[in-house]
Amino acid sequence: MTINGPKIYFTIPIFGGIPITQTLVTSFLVTVILCVTGVLLGRNLTKRPGKRQVLTEKAVTVITGMVKEAMGDHNAYWTPFIATVFFSSLLGTLLGMTGILRSSTADISTTMTWAVLVSFICWYESIKNNGFLGWLKGFTEPIAVMTPMNIVSEIAQPVSLAFRHFGNIAGGSVITALIYWALSGASAGILRLIASSSVAVPLVLLAVGVGLLFLSRPKDGGKRKKLPLVVGIVCTALASLRLLDWLWSLTGRAYPQMNGLVCGLVWFAALALLLVGIVLLIGRKNKGNTVLGIVLASVGFAVICFVSEGPLDVPVLTLGLPAVLSLYFDVFSGVIQAFVFSLLTMIYISGNCPAPQENNSEIH
Amino acid sequence: MELTEAIVRAACALGAGLCMGIGAIGPAIGEGNAVGKALEGMARQPESTSNLRTNMLVGCAVAETTGIYSLVIALLLLFVF
Repeated sequence: MTINGPKIYFTIPIFGGIPITQTLVTSFLVTVILCVTGVLLGRNLTKRPGKRQVLTEKAVTVITGMVKEAMGDHNAYWTPFIATVFFSSLLGTLLGMTGILRSSTADISTTMTWAVLVSFICWYESIKNNGFLGWLKGFTEPIAVMTPMNIVSEIAQPVSLAFRHFGNIAGGSVITALIYWALSGASAGILRLIASSSVAVPLVLLAVGVGLLFLSRPKDGGKRKKLPLVVGIVCTALASLRLLDWLWSLTGRAYPQMNGLVCGLVWFAALALLLVGIVLLIGRKNKGNTVLGIVLASVGFAVICFVSEGPLDVPVLTLGLPAVLSLYFDVFSGVIQAFVFSLLTMIYISGNCPAPQENNSEIH
Repeated sequence: MELTEAIVRAACALGAGLCMGIGAIGPAIGEGNAVGKALEGMARQPESTSNLRTNMLVGCAVAETTGIYSLVIALLLLFVF
């Protein structure tokens, strides 16, 4: 079990080599998706809005309202920036759930870039409002002794902003990966319990399973008995897994090794095939559907076996639980962290953009 | 394995465990306080529930920060050194 940072796909040989990492690919994808969505949503605006325009206007109103609430009415022009940060962070995190891409926010480079950008904006606004000397003088407030503390807190602000976001997403992905690894180990262990050195055990198991299935048959038009049916199915399935493994080992060949992406795609396709086959089999309308169901299910199952390097290594336990965990670590944590990041950005920036005094006195 | 390397590995594992365990105390107390107070407020004024819940979640995420720092340090100790 190893935990890796973002992989480097290849290096562009200019300026001493620019590495193209997983983070970079995800970030560019996020940029493209956001640009295309923005252009599509903002096109063809009419006075009599359709469904799309109503929804877009509602979203823009909500986000502007949030920015106004946190930063004050005079800072509403920051809305595009805040919304961009929020949606980049959210989409960058959620793209990691596809399993093919890696979350762009699970890399300290991304979040640190945003945090440093926020710091520069704060300094720029402060210098614009107070002048360069006024900005420097701000460090000595409230008393001159506090200057080192103020400088440290100025440096700690982007670091804390970046590490909070990065740590949450990266830690979540590490924990999910650890649990996934442990569960696939456990499922291989359970399946291998029946894999003794001889073929006799699975043969007996197969006999018991088929016997139980036979016992569970309905009597006089009644219902099938539940317990023997379930136990029989489990016994038969385990025994046939072991027998399949044994049959394949007779050919003396190793299972094919595939690389990650192809393997994952084939795995999902095979799972879909298996599920379609089972659905056809259960809802049997006629003989044709039943035969088709059996064929689809067995092809899907066989492909899953080969992709998982043998029927005994099919990760049975990893099917459900990681999805729930990733729901917490990726979706919930991603949304909350994106929200917290943009909220703190708003607070930091609005601290350096105070309400213009003279305008207020003129109005009131 | 060299003895020195073994000692370093063991120290890293111990350090990671201590770091995560002690580092989790603070955020746990803080989040417990935040949620408790928020629940109190919700019980007193049920109409402010939605507002309180959002602010509580944000506050929890901020209080979690120090715990996340120790998580990052623990992961560095485990997987980098």
